[in-house]
Amino acid sequence: MLQKRIITGFLCFISSTLFAQEVKMASIREGFFVPLYGATSKKPVKVNTFSIDVFPVTNAQYLDFVKKNPAYSRSKIKGLFADKSYLIQWESDFNFGKNNLNDAPVTNVSWFAAKKYCECQGKRLPTMDEWEYVAMADEKRIDARAKENFNKYIMSWYEKPKTYLNPVGQTFKNYWGVYDMHGLVWEWTSDFNSIFLSGESRKDKATDKNLFCGSGSVNATDLMNYAAFMRYAFRGSLKANYTTKNLGFRCAKNK
Amino acid sequence: MKSDITQKSNISSNNRRYLLFVLPFLVLFALFYSCGKKETAVKEKPISDLSIYNLPSKWTNQDGKNIEMKDLKGKVLVMVMIYTSCKSACPRLVADMRNIESRLPQDIKEKVQLVLVSIDPEVDTPKRLKSFSIENKMEGNQWVFLRSTEENTREFAAVLAVNYKKVSPIDFSHSNIISVFNTEGELVFQQEGLGVNSDATINKITEEARKD
Repeated sequence: MLQKRIITGFLCFISSTLFAQEVKMASIREGFFVPLYGATSKKPVKVNTFSIDVFPVTNAQYLDFVKKNPAYSRSKIKGLFADKSYLIQWESDFNFGKNNLNDAPVTNVSWFAAKKYCECQGKRLPTMDEWEYVAMADEKRIDARAKENFNKYIMSWYEKPKTYLNPVGQTFKNYWGVYDMHGLVWEWTSDFNSIFLSGESRKDKATDKNLFCGSGSVNATDLMNYAAFMRYAFRGSLKANYTTKNLGFRCAKNK
Repeated sequence: MKSDITQKSNISSNNRRYLLFVLPFLVLFALFYSCGKKETAVKEKPISDLSIYNLPSKWTNQDGKNIEMKDLKGKVLVMVMIYTSCKSACPRLVADMRNIESRLPQDIKEKVQLVLVSIDPEVDTPKRLKSFSIENKMEGNQWVFLRSTEENTREFAAVLAVNYKKVSPIDFSHSNIISVFNTEGELVFQQEGLGVNSDATINKITEEARKD
């Protein structure tokens, strides 16, 4: 048993040092931006230089992780860490089956599992600000949020069914060289549970009213950010053990 | 997996040689990663699937003592997340906790642990937690104040379904939820909101504490 544990750890170590290089990461230069949500008084937040995976984590990559960490296989994972639909689309514990492409993004993974996966690669989940910072870029610009076409593209994805079955890397390559921030799957962020939505059942939002209420009127920036609002609203509805078929993840790393 | 610790003590000589070879890597590995070393052993009853005692995170209490959640095993836990510099919601939350504690039936008091977890580990040092406990007259053994790293705190909040966010250098917004865990560490009840009627919470605590 001890040997097995050492080997597991050892493999995790090897894979995180040798093979982690295989997973392409893009370097993201530091900068400031005003997120739709989270910046009190609309002050820009700073994002430090970091790296992020070019693609979301795929079925094949996740299978590799599960084989090395069987505690995270479908039948072994603890209920605390993932609900019943964890990897439900896979054929079995160590087989993602014929209906799932090896290079399609893995979905139906919980926040705990995604977090663990990234740790095993010597990485971490991106923060919400980091994710949004990367996601506001189109092919040419660091911040394309004010561009009509960019927003139309994102909104049209929201209407497309089953994009999570597509392979990674088929959407556009953005300014940073990162793919699939829009058009494929929703993605976990490390601090997804820092969102407060007005209108949810909790009677506790003391200071965060900037999402809909409070300000009284909806201004142009808000309309422009409707697409982003959808993401924040989705995150706000999640719990860390939830798994759903259109929610995947990618990892990040400090520079 | 579950008997790892008991087996650790009698490593055969074969294994020892093996260990010598792997050890340097292992140490290196352990320095950077926490993967694969999570399956800690349990001697008696196995920890249930939904138990918070599965969490490997380390915490420090108001006396500067290091603990893991599973060190609290066997007691009914009443937990809340707060930060000590909070001026608006937390004092009321803390009052709610004190109110719950004061209304617990005498015969179960011993079986209940009231836990306040800081969402502001930077400011809330053990020392600070200690003085907070004194100021608020929460010095008895039934009170535990905990802090950990930001990452562990974020994870623990995720387990409690407590959302929080730093909104300024000294302020957080956060969900006001008091959670009850049974003696196995499973979440059995949550009270949401401030100054709400705690009858249901107290009933649940009492029911769980009187089991077995």
